[in-house]
Amino acid sequence: MDILARIPQLLVYGVISGSILTLGGIGVSLTYSILGFSNFAYGDMMALGAYIALGVFTLFASWGIADHPFGALSFGFGFVLACIVAIGLTAVAVVLIDRVLFKRLRRSSPVILMMSSIGVALALRNIIQFFWGPQPHYYIEKIQIAVVVPGLGIRIKPDQVFIILVAVLLVVLLHTFLKYTKMGKAMRAMADNSALARVTGINTNRVILWTWVIGGMLAATAGILAGIENKFVTPELGWQMLLSIFAAVVLGGIGNPYGAIVGGMAIGISEEVSTAFISTGYKPAVAFIIMILMLLVRPTGLLGKRR
Amino acid sequence: MDTFVGILNYVVFFAITAGTYGILSLGLNIQWGYTGLFNIGIAGFYALGAYAAALVSGPPPSAWDGRIFGGFGLPFIVGLLAAAIVCGIVAFLIGIPTLRLRADYLAIATIGIAETVRLVLKNEAWLTNGVWGLQQIPSPLYGPIRSGVSSFLSGHPGLPPWVESLIAKSYNWFYLLLVLAILLILYLIVERLVRSPWGRVLKAIREDEDAASMSGKNTFSFKLQSLVLGAMIMGIGGGLYAYYARFISPASFTPLYGTFLVWVMLILGGSGNNRGAILGSFLVWGVWAGTDFLTGYFPFSATQAASLRVIIIGVLLEVILLWRPQGLLSRESPKKNLN
Repeated sequence: MDILARIPQLLVYGVISGSILTLGGIGVSLTYSILGFSNFAYGDMMALGAYIALGVFTLFASWGIADHPFGALSFGFGFVLACIVAIGLTAVAVVLIDRVLFKRLRRSSPVILMMSSIGVALALRNIIQFFWGPQPHYYIEKIQIAVVVPGLGIRIKPDQVFIILVAVLLVVLLHTFLKYTKMGKAMRAMADNSALARVTGINTNRVILWTWVIGGMLAATAGILAGIENKFVTPELGWQMLLSIFAAVVLGGIGNPYGAIVGGMAIGISEEVSTAFISTGYKPAVAFIIMILMLLVRPTGLLGKRR
Repeated sequence: MDTFVGILNYVVFFAITAGTYGILSLGLNIQWGYTGLFNIGIAGFYALGAYAAALVSGPPPSAWDGRIFGGFGLPFIVGLLAAAIVCGIVAFLIGIPTLRLRADYLAIATIGIAETVRLVLKNEAWLTNGVWGLQQIPSPLYGPIRSGVSSFLSGHPGLPPWVESLIAKSYNWFYLLLVLAILLILYLIVERLVRSPWGRVLKAIREDEDAASMSGKNTFSFKLQSLVLGAMIMGIGGGLYAYYARFISPASFTPLYGTFLVWVMLILGGSGNNRGAILGSFLVWGVWAGTDFLTGYFPFSATQAASLRVIIIGVLLEVILLWRPQGLLSRESPKKNLN
């Protein structure tokens, strides 16, 4: 009975972490469908975004840009501005990584690209650790009191509402982009059949550039939101989420950004609800088991095409 | 004299570690070098092998241990066999859902198994003693060596202290021989296997799985066998680590030491070439040890130096992938086998 009473609250936590997993999952799925390889550096690109935001925010604070919290939120204009700058800088960094490395390996097999992304993952994590150290850094020092939602008996913090709203906003924006803009259509065409897309005159290099820009921005946003939710960041921030993100992507159907939404929410909720029954430490293992079961039943994922 | 002994001891330590890595690298070479299977959860198999060996050979739980199971005090050969079997079973279980699919799925699943193994080692204290790890894993054949020396010096029922200390100090030389002997045996077995018809099917799968499948080979079954065999060899490597370190805990098996270095070793040495796999493990362990000395000269904190070393190895990997993807020793060309 005690366990059942906790479930509505755990569902709320699941939606919050699911929002972050969704953004990460969309990024992984997008780069997979356009570039054809699983990017194992994605988690560390998220961490990079979160740390760049921290660095920019510290810089702003030293310039005297004030950070008066917005309403009930625990951060304000200075922090949001720092995040926007950091999201842009992360996109630039990700494009640079592509220019220096992935671009030259584009003719190699996808497995070589995967291998090289693992090298990038370790290098990024250790570059972060080199400058900021392995210890946690506080993102938000203010302690926020959760608000009780009347009638439902669940509690949620204003910051967490912000996380969910940002995820919803980005999903809607991305949907509009993919569905209605010329570049979005070109992306979908290339994901479907890159040879055919090239023949029809789509500039595939531009599409790849845009994929990395969007992927980098989503990574930075997901990393920053994870920082807001945890209240601190460590260099391992992204790596720790990577398995759950991949489980979400596989569950929804790898290469399908809409599948990542379904998968992200399903994994986020399952991980949180599982804590009512087993040790919290097993969250990534729960994601892993769900993924293996999905591969046994339907390897293409929930929204994947059957081949 | 003391520095000389110090250097010599370091060389022995270096060679034991590099030899153990050579075994992991051989295991990965079967999977990746010969069959093209992308396993990035080597650390998981390494840890499983080490824990299996430690539980089979180690002492029973002591009063202050959290675990209530294991510690059968069996000989190290039994421990290594157990390590190989446990790893083989786990590889079999993750091979079934993933080996029919694209390489990405195996990659993700192996990361998952490595992470799950780590969580189980940390959380299931009844079996693994949790974060405190397993201690006092006996050194293989230490007792027989001691009693052998004792019977040689007959008439001395208790060994004089200086002989005891000599045996303890020179034991690592014996252990080095043991590791190198096992490495050599595994090398000969793997060489024999990859040159057999079975090995030719693996190479055919690596080059073109559809073509191999069209020739009537059950490629799924061959891939599964390759994954299992490679994992069993990795398990033996883990077991040898446990007997050498004598203390293992979940923190001993990080993705960096357990997985990433092994990959760089194989890719630098030359995947698809067993001598390359072994050469790579000695070279990369040399680079890794060398960066430890090198970063000491710069005004960095210990954690900064550690990060810098990983960045150097990461850059080394990318440089190999960009400019010499075949590694130092490239695979033998098929023509040579025709002669």
